[in-house]
Amino acid sequence: MNIYLKLILTYLKLGLFGFGGGYAMLSLIQQEVVQRHGWISLTEFTDIVAISQMTPGPIGINSATYIGYTVTGGSVLGAIAATVAVVVPPYILMLYASHFVHKHSESPIIKGVFMGLRPVVVGLIASAALLLMNSDNFGSEIDECVKSVLICIVTFIFAYFTKVHPILLIIVAGVAGYFIF
Amino acid sequence: MLNIYLQLFITFFKIGAFTFGGGWAMIALIQREVVDKHGWVGKEEFVDMLAVAQSMPGILAVNFSVAIGDRLRGFKGSLVSALGTILPSFIIILAIAMFLTPDTIKNNETLNSIFKGIRPAVVALIVAPVLTTAKSAKINAKTVAIPVAVALLIYSGLPVVSNPVLYIVLGGIGGYVYHTWQLAREKNKEGRQ
Repeated sequence: MNIYLKLILTYLKLGLFGFGGGYAMLSLIQQEVVQRHGWISLTEFTDIVAISQMTPGPIGINSATYIGYTVTGGSVLGAIAATVAVVVPPYILMLYASHFVHKHSESPIIKGVFMGLRPVVVGLIASAALLLMNSDNFGSEIDECVKSVLICIVTFIFAYFTKVHPILLIIVAGVAGYFIF
Repeated sequence: MLNIYLQLFITFFKIGAFTFGGGWAMIALIQREVVDKHGWVGKEEFVDMLAVAQSMPGILAVNFSVAIGDRLRGFKGSLVSALGTILPSFIIILAIAMFLTPDTIKNNETLNSIFKGIRPAVVALIVAPVLTTAKSAKINAKTVAIPVAVALLIYSGLPVVSNPVLYIVLGGIGGYVYHTWQLAREKNKEGRQ
């Protein structure tokens, strides 16, 4: 089978079954591109994850763009194909879901469902925060850890109690990191 | 006044360009831009849209931009918003793949220390919306057990109970059952009066 076709099919599948956001998608992506197709090695995959953490944007998009480019021997078309493929299935589903919910927003069923979902969403965000409180983000040595916690607390105070834009907070944290690490 | 399509594109391009550390990190950003600054959706509707975006497969940031763009300007709006979210990471990753090797980025001392600063800040930017969405979702002393239990069970990493999809299903069914029961009780009261 043509490599473009394989690439598109694989990323359509990843888009369709990638529930639970970025990091949950990682193991699925790894299974497909490393184990199943052998398009890249495990080391290369780990590199892509590391780069994704140092560049903005969703990791699902980052990996699609990078792998699409490399497995087609450096073709921008390959990067576009994989990126579009991973987005299209959830795009269509999201449009339908969003229309459905909006159209029936006054129905007692939808009202009830959202009444139950709201506290769950709060819990999901909290779980994401908990899961990220690890040595990858806060360092493993005491010295580094203390500085990281300090940055976290100060950022939280500004994010929650003031109207300072989150983008500015990220930039300031990056500058602070440059000077203290 | 800027054209609304251009506004959508610029807003989501900004969000895409500053989303580090996965989908949840951009909630604070989206909330600020979409709810506080532009007033495109209300606070409570924002939480509802998050619930829908999280219930669908795919990338949270993209799903959310599709929902907002569609709500404001239909299909064309969703296309512009999704492009805005995707383009920054597409351009940057393509540039890295074309001109650099992963090692030059990974082993760059300057970049490494900058990101050591950014990562804990991103965690803070996920903690803050926990509290703001709790307010929007009108969490009170009675309902606070739900998000706490959900968060701890997912965090536990145990099989089955750490799967987020489980709580979306349970939350939806539970909410529906409770709401139906509430409506029936109100009717009963009215009947007796």
